[in-house]
Amino acid sequence: MALTIEQSNRRLKWAMLTPALLFVGAMIIFPLLFTLNLSTTDAFGAVNAGAKHIGLQNFADAFSDSRRFWPAVWRTIGFTVGAVALETVFGLALAMLMRRAFRGIRWVRTVLIIPLLATPVAIGILWLLILDPTNGIANHLLGTLGIPPQEFLGSVSGSLPTLVLIDVWQWTPMMTLLLLAGLSTLSEEPEEAASMDGANAWQRFRYVVLPMLGPTLTTALVLRAVDGLKTFDIIYATKGAGGGSSFEAETLNVYAYGLTFDYQEYGLAAAVLVIFTLFIIGVVVLLRRRSA
Amino acid sequence: MRTPSMKALRGLAITVVALFFSLPIVWMFAAAFKTNVQVTDPSIGLIFKPTLDNFKAVIADDRILPSMVNSLIVGVTSTALSAIIAVPAAWAVGRFRMHRAGSLVLVARIVPAISLLVPWYYLFAQAGLVGSYTVLILSHMFVSVPLILWIMIGFFEGLPIELEEAARVDGLTAFGAFRRIALPLAAPGTATAAVLAFVASWNNFMFALILSDEHTMTVPVALFSFISYAGTDWGGLMAASTVMTIPVVVVAVLAQKHLVAGLTAGATKG
Repeated sequence: MALTIEQSNRRLKWAMLTPALLFVGAMIIFPLLFTLNLSTTDAFGAVNAGAKHIGLQNFADAFSDSRRFWPAVWRTIGFTVGAVALETVFGLALAMLMRRAFRGIRWVRTVLIIPLLATPVAIGILWLLILDPTNGIANHLLGTLGIPPQEFLGSVSGSLPTLVLIDVWQWTPMMTLLLLAGLSTLSEEPEEAASMDGANAWQRFRYVVLPMLGPTLTTALVLRAVDGLKTFDIIYATKGAGGGSSFEAETLNVYAYGLTFDYQEYGLAAAVLVIFTLFIIGVVVLLRRRSA
Repeated sequence: MRTPSMKALRGLAITVVALFFSLPIVWMFAAAFKTNVQVTDPSIGLIFKPTLDNFKAVIADDRILPSMVNSLIVGVTSTALSAIIAVPAAWAVGRFRMHRAGSLVLVARIVPAISLLVPWYYLFAQAGLVGSYTVLILSHMFVSVPLILWIMIGFFEGLPIELEEAARVDGLTAFGAFRRIALPLAAPGTATAAVLAFVASWNNFMFALILSDEHTMTVPVALFSFISYAGTDWGGLMAASTVMTIPVVVVAVLAQKHLVAGLTAGATKG
């Protein structure tokens, strides 16, 4: 008997979806379960060395490690909060600035896409050159303004703030483009009504535009926060393994990377990764709930 | 109130912003044409006698050009394979409203890639596959399949369903409607998604750092090895970075509208 249209549709949609679902499932779900299992073992050294289960010992070790683990947690939080906060403020300001079309908007948009698409490793190296403490153009320019030279990435205390600034340069355009997309969907009427009622530009922004932009802002914040927490390339390219010789830029991502590939501490690394993954999921849930 | 002075102020602010985001890239391009003495002299700005020596060194280097070939092989293959499995899936999700299946994409976006890299490495190393193109392509597909799905779901949802319905009435099967109607209409979206997926692969550093070897090393890894072993050859580093970045700038200039649409896909749906 011939299939009804309903039945053939159902077969078709699953046939088209299954390869993608299987691929993503196999590349995510299986590795995640594997990591979860690995986190309860003492896997160390050669990958085929064999390992035995030691319960939650790795988690206890991580949580009691105030030398590498906790500093990495605080750096991850500090880096992300700093970068995303600045990107939100600048991104929003720039989006409001670019909201109405102007001559050359095409070129400004092009300029904004380039940092987003350029290779992060190349960006990291470029900023190493610009911010070089003795030969960089940044200190030269600061000097002409009468500001004393900065160590930037060369100092322990300056590394993380400098990385925040590099991240702001690279990712503020993303915030701007996302918010511009959101602004373009807003109806103009509420603003015109507020204007008639005598609201000034700031009041219209604060009480009319910003609340309407809420959903887009939340999406943009979630996207940027997730990427910020996971930042690896620019940190590793500018500071190297361990985030520098005194771990001054070591975030959770860089820490877990080093544990795995420099120290072969697979079990402990897996535990850190489980904590890291749960942490990111927690942040996403929290941000989405707050906005709802 | 829009006064001329406010307009001028806005123009000035936009110019400053545009300079802030473009000057570092200009600096990279300029440094690529400087001698190593000029690069480390910040008083030399953008006016100097250019040299092509850095580019000659890049071409002569035994890592950079082969790594570009590797990046092309991995980028093109992973993007093509990803499009083949992700575009039909995106159409199914968009047309049949299978959003729960589509939300798996979000999971892929949230999970930190490094928590997958560790088990991949562990398993691939046991299978003796680390360093092969296969492993690199598979790992890059993990980024591009969700990316293409994400962009294309939105794109297919934006296409008028009436055309496909009319085609069904005229006797095409559902698959025929996809292949003959939706797919050709979605060509611009597919092209955008493919460009962004290729860029993601071209830029990928973390996966290639672990999963490639000296024969399959991609460009970011080759660049990184330059910092570690020849930390002071700024001209060479900037020339290699320039060669890497020029294609991106060209694409950005030619297709900025499509790229913005692709980058911001799905953001306004909440």
